[in-house]
Amino acid sequence: MDAKQDESAGKLQSARSLKALMMTNSPQSNTNLYDHLTLLLMKVMDEHPHDAVDVIEDISHDVKLTFSEDKQNLLRDLPETTAAELLAEQQRLLFSRPEEDEQEEQLMETLHPNVREVGFYLEQAGVGLGREEMQRIFLALKQLVESQALLGCRLWGKILGTESSYIVAEAQYIEGEEEKNSEEVAEEEEEREAENEMDPLPRSTYKLLPAVPKEALGTGANTFVYYVCKEPGHSWVKLPSVSPAQITVARLIYKFFTGRLDSPVVSYPPFPGNEANYLRAQIARISAGTQVSPRGFFRAREEEGDEDEVVQDSIEVNPDFEGIPVSEMASFSNWVHHVQHILQQGRCTWVNLAAKSGEDSNEEGEAEEKEEPDEPEPEVGPRLLDSLSKDSEMFNIPPWTFKVSSTLTFQHAVAVQRSNLWPGAYAYACGKKFENIYVGWGLKYAGEGYSPPVPPLPQTQYPQMTEALDPSLEEEQVLEEALEEQRAVQKQMEDLDDEDEEDDDD
Amino acid sequence: MDCSSSCCSLDLVAGNGCTLSVEHRAALQTSMVLLKKNYKFQRVLLWGKIFGLNRDYFIAQGRGEDEMLDKKNLYSFNCMDWFLLPSATDSMVEDASIAAKRRFIGDPSFVYERLEMSEGQGGAAEGEATVSEERRLAATVHQIDEDASVVPRGAFVKSPRGLVHVNRSFAGLSHSEAKKLDSFRHFRKAKNPNKKSIEEMGDLSPAIDFLDTLSDDIPEGSWSLQRECAGNVCVLRSLLWLGLTFYHLPMTPQHGYIYIGDGTKNLNLPFML
Repeated sequence: MDAKQDESAGKLQSARSLKALMMTNSPQSNTNLYDHLTLLLMKVMDEHPHDAVDVIEDISHDVKLTFSEDKQNLLRDLPETTAAELLAEQQRLLFSRPEEDEQEEQLMETLHPNVREVGFYLEQAGVGLGREEMQRIFLALKQLVESQALLGCRLWGKILGTESSYIVAEAQYIEGEEEKNSEEVAEEEEEREAENEMDPLPRSTYKLLPAVPKEALGTGANTFVYYVCKEPGHSWVKLPSVSPAQITVARLIYKFFTGRLDSPVVSYPPFPGNEANYLRAQIARISAGTQVSPRGFFRAREEEGDEDEVVQDSIEVNPDFEGIPVSEMASFSNWVHHVQHILQQGRCTWVNLAAKSGEDSNEEGEAEEKEEPDEPEPEVGPRLLDSLSKDSEMFNIPPWTFKVSSTLTFQHAVAVQRSNLWPGAYAYACGKKFENIYVGWGLKYAGEGYSPPVPPLPQTQYPQMTEALDPSLEEEQVLEEALEEQRAVQKQMEDLDDEDEEDDDD
Repeated sequence: MDCSSSCCSLDLVAGNGCTLSVEHRAALQTSMVLLKKNYKFQRVLLWGKIFGLNRDYFIAQGRGEDEMLDKKNLYSFNCMDWFLLPSATDSMVEDASIAAKRRFIGDPSFVYERLEMSEGQGGAAEGEATVSEERRLAATVHQIDEDASVVPRGAFVKSPRGLVHVNRSFAGLSHSEAKKLDSFRHFRKAKNPNKKSIEEMGDLSPAIDFLDTLSDDIPEGSWSLQRECAGNVCVLRSLLWLGLTFYHLPMTPQHGYIYIGDGTKNLNLPFML
């Protein structure tokens, strides 16, 4: 009995849902199937045709005609523009070619790289964004060079985000560009507010640790300037330069990018900046860790400086580079980094933060040989043009994987290095040409699990506090009586002394 | 991704940065046809590629009459010679998740070992879990299919006999439907039959809506829905298994998914969102 009841309940449920489907109004004619069938059956009941089943379509058509004559829609809906159409309008501009520049183009040097060729080699390596997309990116880079009057730019790669992605272009820094320091403006505002108060609140004497100074534009981690855009055809946005504090915090956090440059980065430790700064910091870390080239492509400039320190500016393209055969490119020693490594401090060149306090002590006339016990040791990292074989292994996996683009036609193959620490970073070399690209989520391989940094322990209490119990009422009374007695005795003693003195005087 | 359309579809999923080189594509076109003939599959799909430290695995999947139950996975190193993977069992999946947490090596006979210290009532007991890379590969492919395989709503129908097959009259999702995560379904046995109101049930049809929706996934936000290729293609990326990409061209029946990546689950997802 129960099974039958369940079955009939189930049938009733499906009947109800079918009825609900039939009662939904069609958007075009504003009637529904249920009403239409009702009217149809009523007409059949009224008219009693002999062969209803054969002419049912005509009856149905008649019913529709009688009820839809008044309901003709004279208003037409505007066709909605889809997102694809909007984007197509913007991308059409990429393909437009100004007529005046025909002669100039022949004289102009190629300031932007041949992205089509790069795309071809990357495709051989199994990396890429699709041919049409690479072509659009190529045209967008050309638009960037023209609009910003850059000396040259390069496709750095693509960083994926949860809502949309960023296409990143790397450009040479042009001297003379000054950056607006928004931090200084904020400090001035605070000072003004403090002066306006009538009763100044007590100021704390806590001094923050001196922040590691930013590297100047054109040196170190800020050697290149980066531009991002969401889709080729949209306008390019310049990313701000990176500060060492941002790099040190970016090393500790592990967050996806959302795709909006102004969204806040909520994390612990708190990231000093918004997503644009986080993006720039990750780009700096990825460049420092994975931009490699075949040995000999770059060489150190012959200058009078120290031979030990090879700074970013002092490498140049080697005109005598002859290319290394593919079989030899398998060994790590034939690839070198050509971007400086970022030290623990967050900069490429080390800065001694204790140097300022050292100046004060010198003014006091102390000997220069005095060694402060807290003096930090200068940080040393891998030098520029160091080979990949010196890259440290993390999590017991080699930092790079070598692949050849084709095993069947070895002579014309492309040698590819794939990074295991930064999944998505690739470098290829074929004859005299090489290129680096990054396409990925912008995050380093975190091993088996990422453990977020723990907040610091709570501070201990001030140590020199002495504690004592408050005396009770009886104890206080006893003490007071004792004190009074003592005073009385003392007074007696003084009186006696006075009398003795008087006697003596006599 | 269907091998017959792989030549143009690989460009649509290339937003991830990973494609296949021309040599591999040509080899796949030839070998897939042979696979279909030898194993008598109804359809052969290019499932994806798993990176290993020394060599990469190419995975293909053959489907039989019932698309959900009759699945066989094969792997290859050069897209020509294919080897059958064992079907994954629960114990295999469990062993693989304990023993092997690093990257794939690239050698199917490599054995992962892990000693697990578990404290029982009588003191510390050691449990040893060993799994070969081949079984780990099978377990990973099975897990990814369970967690992250995506199909648009209406692409597959369940016949009254219970068999699942391709819906020949699927005309594609409309542009507005393709923007919502609700219109995409997991391609696996339904796990969460959420009770819905009668009005909502009116829209659903038991032949089409027998799968779980993506919007019911925990944690929320583990799928990224975007438009790529000049806004023409709707692309879904999984953030739980980084590397899985699903594509669909609205108003056309073209859809498919492919996994190109490490083969490791992104357990850090809650920190990253």
